[in-house]
Amino acid sequence: MKRAGFDNIWLPVALLLPQLMIIAIFFYWPAGWALQSSFYLQDPFGFGSTFVGGENYTSLVGNDQYKRVAGFTIIYSVLVTFFSLAIALLLAVKADKVIRGAKTYRTLLMWVYAIAPPVAGFMGILFFDQSTGPLTKFFQMFGWDFKLGVDYNATATAMVIVAVWKQIPVNFIFFLSGLQSIPRSVREATMIDNRSATGRFWQVTFPLLAPTAFFLLIINITYALFDTFGIIDALMKGEPGNNPMTLVYKVYLDGFRGNDLGGSSAQSVILMVLVLLLTVFQFRLVERRIHYT
Amino acid sequence: MAQVSLEGIRKVYPNGFQAVQTTSFTIQDGEFVVLVGPSGCGKSTLLRMIAGLEEITEGELKIGDRVVNDVDPADRDIAMVFQNYALYPHMTVRKNIGYGLKNRGTPASEIAAKVEDAARMLNLTEYLDRKPAQLSGGQRQRVAMGRAVVRDPALFLFDEPLSNLDAKLRNQMRIEIKALQRRLGTTAVYVTHDQVEAMTMADRIIVLNAGRIEQIGTPSEIYHNPASTFVASFMGAPPMNLIRAEVDQKQVKINGYDALMVASEAFSGPITMGIRPEDVELDAQGQVKFHVDILEELGAHRLLHGRIDDQPFSVMIGKEDTAHTGETRIKLKPEALRLFDKDTGLRL
Repeated sequence: MKRAGFDNIWLPVALLLPQLMIIAIFFYWPAGWALQSSFYLQDPFGFGSTFVGGENYTSLVGNDQYKRVAGFTIIYSVLVTFFSLAIALLLAVKADKVIRGAKTYRTLLMWVYAIAPPVAGFMGILFFDQSTGPLTKFFQMFGWDFKLGVDYNATATAMVIVAVWKQIPVNFIFFLSGLQSIPRSVREATMIDNRSATGRFWQVTFPLLAPTAFFLLIINITYALFDTFGIIDALMKGEPGNNPMTLVYKVYLDGFRGNDLGGSSAQSVILMVLVLLLTVFQFRLVERRIHYT
Repeated sequence: MAQVSLEGIRKVYPNGFQAVQTTSFTIQDGEFVVLVGPSGCGKSTLLRMIAGLEEITEGELKIGDRVVNDVDPADRDIAMVFQNYALYPHMTVRKNIGYGLKNRGTPASEIAAKVEDAARMLNLTEYLDRKPAQLSGGQRQRVAMGRAVVRDPALFLFDEPLSNLDAKLRNQMRIEIKALQRRLGTTAVYVTHDQVEAMTMADRIIVLNAGRIEQIGTPSEIYHNPASTFVASFMGAPPMNLIRAEVDQKQVKINGYDALMVASEAFSGPITMGIRPEDVELDAQGQVKFHVDILEELGAHRLLHGRIDDQPFSVMIGKEDTAHTGETRIKLKPEALRLFDKDTGLRL
């Protein structure tokens, strides 16, 4: 393959500069500050700070609340990722078979994508309202007295449902285009080779969809970990109390509500390392098993 | 091995387009039938209906003694080879070939043996552990063949399997497919738009045009006795010459020339007359004047393209014959003349 080259070193630098500046200003710089302040104890009223070494980190290790939040974050991310991928895949497989009205159907499924996370959270509040929420009534039919913002499990359930609902359209559209890029003749060949539709799906369609699924897996884990902040904030109605929360929300809470900037910084540094490890893990282990055509 | 019969088969798409008009024919056990026609003639639709990939609007389809209209493709005991091979990209050649057997509950040891056999037959043994992406076009086509052969089906279906290959490979695969089908004795239906493939491979050719059968016959019948001007011009390269002529008192004449032939039909008036380029000879004493525009050198023979009066006409001559552009005279073999209705194009 022929490699395109630049005669002048400054042109590529100039082209890269805007991107590098954005990364530097919005990522490296704050990340550096977070790293630095994670070693200090900040005075809550802004009267200077004291170097405390790794104390902000070590105090997290023994902290029961931190462990509980970390545990919830893991469960929450697994549930949100799994259900938003699974439901979207199911919808995409069904939509792929629809010929008439396909466009309308797809548009309807896509609409949710246009909703901002806090708005989605607010809609969740309406759905789970104590006295008028339709979903609250639905759960009551099964004998579950659903109390959003009061009952830990109820709030957690609402958070998962709203986050999944919000993420389905993105996954759906990727899965659908993935499905449609599988050649028709390959599917027809499987129809002749295999009687079972389930077998055809898991043995041929799904493996061919794996690159899409892998990409979405990364996107969804990131989404569940970080981008659900708005939903969580809205559903909690500003009363963290006994409510479940994710690690990212705790960073915000400790830093800006608890005024513990040092501890909060330490937590965000841990999150950064976590994301780094996750990415390395995903690319090293998962991608190797995936077939790209 | 089975006979295939189509009884009044018709296909209308939901949008009202009639892809295949009411069609009936029977394919004998072990026969190699080629469906040929221009794109959009309904040949692929017909094949896909036999495969069960397309619903049959009307009529009855039998494979063997069984009516299969509502039988799942996987249960029709057929194997299909697709134009773009349709291999499973994530499976090795071995798994590609064995996939259909595995789903039919064949024991693993038997699958392994059958896959090895098929691979040996198709010279694929050394590629068994490769993935399709690591194979050339011809090798992929062989894998697709292997996938069909290994199942030992009652019927092979080929949907333009060679059109993605280059010309040289196409000629080679043509012979291989034909030889394989002969050896296995499996009934085969082969769709192509390439009339050379149709002529060389078929026991019988079915020529389709606009969703309708124009003619069914052996390659020789189709070539020498086309049922219509469509068949005459579609089959054969170069196609049959078709020019205006008339029958007057049982004499066939081209404008202003002597009688070329005695017409047996009780018919008079304008007609379309057809003659294959190889049934025309250059002859200084010939009764028809021919103006040569272009001389096409093909090695084994040469083609002269030109005009009789204002009508396009081609003549094929041997490599030893001399020719030049400009005016010359030709002789048409009277027994090779074919007469067609001027309006319907049907053979008179």
